[in-house]
Amino acid sequence: MTDDDRVFKALADPTRRFLLDRLFERDGRTLTELESELEMTRFGVMKHLRVLEDAGIVVARRSGREKLHFLNPVPIRLIHDRWIDKYAERRVSALADLKSELEQNS
Amino acid sequence: MSNATHAPTTTTQVYRVYIKATPEAIWDAITKPEWTERYGYAARVDYDLRPGGAYRAYPGAEMAKHEGVPDVVVDGEVIEADPPRRLVQTWRMLMDADLKAEGFTRLTHEIEPGEGGVTKLTMIHELEDAPKLAALVGGEHESEGAGGGWSWVLSGLKTVLETGDELDR
Repeated sequence: MTDDDRVFKALADPTRRFLLDRLFERDGRTLTELESELEMTRFGVMKHLRVLEDAGIVVARRSGREKLHFLNPVPIRLIHDRWIDKYAERRVSALADLKSELEQNS
Repeated sequence: MSNATHAPTTTTQVYRVYIKATPEAIWDAITKPEWTERYGYAARVDYDLRPGGAYRAYPGAEMAKHEGVPDVVVDGEVIEADPPRRLVQTWRMLMDADLKAEGFTRLTHEIEPGEGGVTKLTMIHELEDAPKLAALVGGEHESEGAGGGWSWVLSGLKTVLETGDELDR
């Protein structure tokens, strides 16, 4: 699997997107805090966090005795810059080409 | 991005990116102006890489064209410099009076070599009592033309090191 594949796979799940939204609201949370927001076993939440960590979208860091989970937006940004920007730009230039073509023919 | 309120208990932001480059190359890309002018806000940095050494970021050619841009856009002080592994510094944005008033924040770069020539770069920005700066570096003002914050900067850093190309700005 490539890095992008891991990110797409991690995002292709409503529970994991929910976890990311919770971290977006308030970053640096413990497993216990995140677990309290979901109707799910601790083990289930851990599994989802693991997938997010493998994709690099969540970074866990120790702070004293606690393990805090942070949202890392960079992998999503990379996909944005690599894929979304590219196609959005293409549409804009296609539109610009169409405009100049129409104006030439008029 | 939406106007969702960010009400964190921890005001730290963590960014991580994997780059196919040596730790030395990444260290240079962060600390040398000939590199920093090629990605992100294209600022020209000036580091005195020793504890207590000064840090300044000057506007690049593009930024300097705008009106009201100060001569120094970011200042700070080096706390720890361990090339090419770890750089800790203070960091204060001087672009406007409100941001300047939030004072100095703490910025850490950690560089760890990994397998297959891929290096892990982690950036930790401690933004206590700096909500305006947190929004800015979090990329919340991108649609207003303020750039995409650290994730955009690091995406550009990765691109420039891996391909030699500069992301569109």
